Amino acid sequence: MAVNEHLRTIRWAAWLGWQMESNWTSPFLFIIYSIIKPIMATLIVVFMYLIILKSVNADPVLFSYMFIGNAFYMYVAQVLFGISWVVHEDREHYQTLKQIYIAPINFPVYLVGRGISKIIITTASVIVTLAFGILVLGLPVNIWKIDWPLLIVAMVLGLFCICTIGIALAGISLLTARHGTGINEGVAGVFYLFCGVIFPITFLPSWGQSIAFFIPITYWLELLRRSMMPETISISGLANYSAQEMMVLLLVSILLFLFFSLIILKYADFLARKKGKLDMTTAY
Amino acid sequence: MNNAVECRSLTRSFKGNAKQQAIIALDNIDLDVREGELFGLLGPNGAGKTTLIKILATLLLPSSGKVTVLGYDVEREAHKIRPRINMVSGGEFSGYGLLTVRENLWMFSQFYGIPTRIAKQRIDELLHDFELADKADAKVRTISTGQRQRMNVVRGFVTDPDLIFLDEPTLGLDVNSSRTIRDYIRRWVREQNGKTALITTHYMMEAEELCDRVAIIDRGRILACDSPCNLKKQVQRDAVFTLETTQFADLDSIGHISGVKGYTGETNGERQKIRIVAEEESVLAEVIQVIAGKGGKVISLTKVESTLEDVFLQLVGRGLI
Repeated sequence: MAVNEHLRTIRWAAWLGWQMESNWTSPFLFIIYSIIKPIMATLIVVFMYLIILKSVNADPVLFSYMFIGNAFYMYVAQVLFGISWVVHEDREHYQTLKQIYIAPINFPVYLVGRGISKIIITTASVIVTLAFGILVLGLPVNIWKIDWPLLIVAMVLGLFCICTIGIALAGISLLTARHGTGINEGVAGVFYLFCGVIFPITFLPSWGQSIAFFIPITYWLELLRRSMMPETISISGLANYSAQEMMVLLLVSILLFLFFSLIILKYADFLARKKGKLDMTTAY
Repeated sequence: MNNAVECRSLTRSFKGNAKQQAIIALDNIDLDVREGELFGLLGPNGAGKTTLIKILATLLLPSSGKVTVLGYDVEREAHKIRPRINMVSGGEFSGYGLLTVRENLWMFSQFYGIPTRIAKQRIDELLHDFELADKADAKVRTISTGQRQRMNVVRGFVTDPDLIFLDEPTLGLDVNSSRTIRDYIRRWVREQNGKTALITTHYMMEAEELCDRVAIIDRGRILACDSPCNLKKQVQRDAVFTLETTQFADLDSIGHISGVKGYTGETNGERQKIRIVAEEESVLAEVIQVIAGKGGKVISLTKVESTLEDVFLQLVGRGLI
């Protein structure tokens, strides 16, 4: 019974999210926007790389490391931010949060449902970006040699992890309007810096590497790179771990994050009801 | 008959900041709303009506006291209350602007698990009843404020709750829209056995016309609670007058006259209309004397039937708005 209710909530929350993501313009403009936006975002990092190393061929392994990490990081930026932003959007902009909140649905499940539309759109962006990298920039990834089972399992676990962290941030967003964006950007920035997105974690000081080992995004990105281009193992700083070990580490860290995220959301939910924050409109 | 709502010693305060003291929005309230009742909370802005509704709708926790809704504790059993209630707030523009009116309603019906066939039928009927059928496929961002407010009232009823909270549902609406909403609320409670509506309003006429019982609330306290008829009987022992006068200084001086229980004043051009609830008719002589002493002149004087407004005047000593 409860499973059916959760599935129903996910279905309609995802539908709502999709309508809001895609319904603001004509389908043609939406598709153009969805293609151009990720490519432009990626080109920023590509040009930074070219300024330093002059050519993609100067170090194809490092280029692949950076490009793949940056492409998949879009999930972190879009989905994590998207889920936590639901609170702000529903409460302040649409003023529907209180109606959603008193509906007989599980609120974290609703948040994940809203995140699904972000996952779909970001998946399209990631595919466009990787295709652009392979076809235009010469990213040395052979799609016939990709370890698809590893890629799919890592993707599922990673997206689950991102949704979990998004739920915690949504909990914090229940309590604040002004600082919501800053907290989201701050967390995304921490992950960008410490999780080996565009440079190997060996470049970090030892305390920075300790942080990297604690965050599941580090293992997730490493597993994705290994599935697509195993050569990057040599520079990742995680060569001592097998894919299976990394999967276990990813799973354990996800469970820890899930536990803490649900506690944060539950406590934030209590505080929001106590302080009357669920229907506040601050015009931020 | 069971109680749909029970509040015992309910207090809710909001913490102030460094410059502001804590605000007591609800002060030790005891209140029962019976199942199948159309119950009104009547009070001015800031009286605590919305705070009470938010607590009952599980959006806000009480600071102290015990509150049950449909037999469940609002603090610990909110998940058992939510499937059976809904809430509508007037004067808000909520709704997903990119969705159509029908899509908005449909989505909420699905969150409540209403079966497809029933949800479709109910949405069509309600859109017809609230004169929104021609706007069903219009995007919410394109419809007027009043239409959006009616859509929200429909949203409240589309889930067919056992208990609905209507927080000033006709606020800011035109006469026809207000009447449509009032008629529907009355019909909904009367025709469906056991359905309960708790409506807050600061429109006297709305409370008097709609409600089986009314609680008069001011500054977080329930001052009286009874049927509109019984409440009015309380002031029938009093003398209620309206006076039309020329402008004069210091209207407040009327309130200081011994025997005046409450008054309201309304300026209309050169003239003032004053409504007075007094202990006895003899007080009127002093009222006229005071008006004359302040430079005013009584143009007309009428003894009137008491209304809920007079009950409020008697209890609070001032007008509602």
